[in-house]
Amino acid sequence: MPVSDAESKTTPLYEEHQRAGAKIIPFGGWLMPVQYTSISDEHQAVRQAAGVFDISHMGQLTATGPAAAEWLNRMLTNNIAKLEEGGGQYTFLLNEGGGIIDDLIVYRTGAQEFLLVVNASRTEEDFDWLKEPRPDGVILENRSAQRAGLAIQGPKVSDLFAQMLGADATLPVRNQLKDFDYGGVKLTIARTGYTGEDGVEVFFPAEHAAAIWSAVLENGKAVGLKPCGLGARDTLRLEMCYPLNGSDLTPETNPIEAGLGFFVDLTKEDFIGRDVLKQAKENGAARKLAAFKMKGKGPPPRPHYPVWVKGERVGEVASGTLSPSLNVGIGMAYLPSASAKVGGEIEIEIRGQKFPAVIEKKPLYKKS
Amino acid sequence: MSNVPDDLFYTESHEWVRVEGDLARVGITDHAQAELTDVVYVELPKVGTQAEARGQIAVVESVKAASDIYAPIKGEVVEANEKLASNPALVNTDPFGDGWIFVLKMATPDDVKQLKDAAAYRQAIG
Repeated sequence: MPVSDAESKTTPLYEEHQRAGAKIIPFGGWLMPVQYTSISDEHQAVRQAAGVFDISHMGQLTATGPAAAEWLNRMLTNNIAKLEEGGGQYTFLLNEGGGIIDDLIVYRTGAQEFLLVVNASRTEEDFDWLKEPRPDGVILENRSAQRAGLAIQGPKVSDLFAQMLGADATLPVRNQLKDFDYGGVKLTIARTGYTGEDGVEVFFPAEHAAAIWSAVLENGKAVGLKPCGLGARDTLRLEMCYPLNGSDLTPETNPIEAGLGFFVDLTKEDFIGRDVLKQAKENGAARKLAAFKMKGKGPPPRPHYPVWVKGERVGEVASGTLSPSLNVGIGMAYLPSASAKVGGEIEIEIRGQKFPAVIEKKPLYKKS
Repeated sequence: MSNVPDDLFYTESHEWVRVEGDLARVGITDHAQAELTDVVYVELPKVGTQAEARGQIAVVESVKAASDIYAPIKGEVVEANEKLASNPALVNTDPFGDGWIFVLKMATPDDVKQLKDAAAYRQAIG
């Protein structure tokens, strides 16, 4: 039994996780499974077959109304105008200084309807930030408590859904979402993920969570699907250099420094944080989020370990782990731009000792 | 349920001790390895190190976190398990066997009597 924590919330799948033998940890105000059997095994299941993650803790906000598109376009960095119905895009919610409040995916679910899938720990903050400047005619709702979600990731995901939904059902293409009926339950399936593998995120009413979870596990047996925890989710995303909110993205960092300028449309006339980002883009960011790989064996790099270049302390590790795919320590760190160039030599200080590492091109893991 | 062999001594910080004459072989318990999850790196103590009872002496790193390992009793490190350098997962797969971490030459062999026996450790981990 995990230590019960009155402050922490649980998803509708909490009992299923316990039944499956998960090790439960507190994460961003939630009690979540970190692993069921082993982080490495779950990681490999996703790289080679399929894995299912409970993402019911993630926030689901909806914005509806004639003015919703124009308003969201002022609140978010990417360009909503480019979204057709059923389309989604990665985007940022920034503060006035260009700092990152949250990174999220916004989907256009109807002509005047939008779904924002946001980080669990930022849900309330995002909602409050959006609530105030909302114009008349936009209905903003936090539907997180009524909704559940699963990320199902891995090269065998199409096979799994052919079995669950029938051979005729076609999954949406990358970044698109589509509704399906599964035994009377409406599944909203988005072709997206946080692992670098093919996969989907599936959203549905919370009361059906246990049934959908069980159906995925049962149907997944044939393809080697495993339930996966936050541990594997973190190693998978870090091999791809996908940022983690709170570690790699904070109100003190902006998308240009993070190397995610692709998701900022500076041709839009106005959005919160635009001036700062435009300047960062034009002048070049003073620091950059660089990906690195340890040279040879050693302890894995971890957040806040100091980073040194030529005898000078230049920053600290933002994210770090041992890569199960590459079997070497990997990580990301904000470094002065001059030190952040691919091929650059750095040192990571671990318990007073310095270990050599080299700056690598993103992503750190490339599918063979 | 975790395995807790009857013939070992235990610490509150989840190390085990096997008495071999005036030597003490030390590792971490099955319960500890299960809590730590996949061990990916072990920082071994140097042979010759003088260890104080309950002093930090080694580090076991899992994918998720680094955890300090403490010397159960006072003594000198006379051997460290070099196999763990290439195969740290032995701590998970065989915690009481090939996953041992170091051997101490005990300063005072009677010190082990202050450690927990198997029954007391079982109770401690519930």
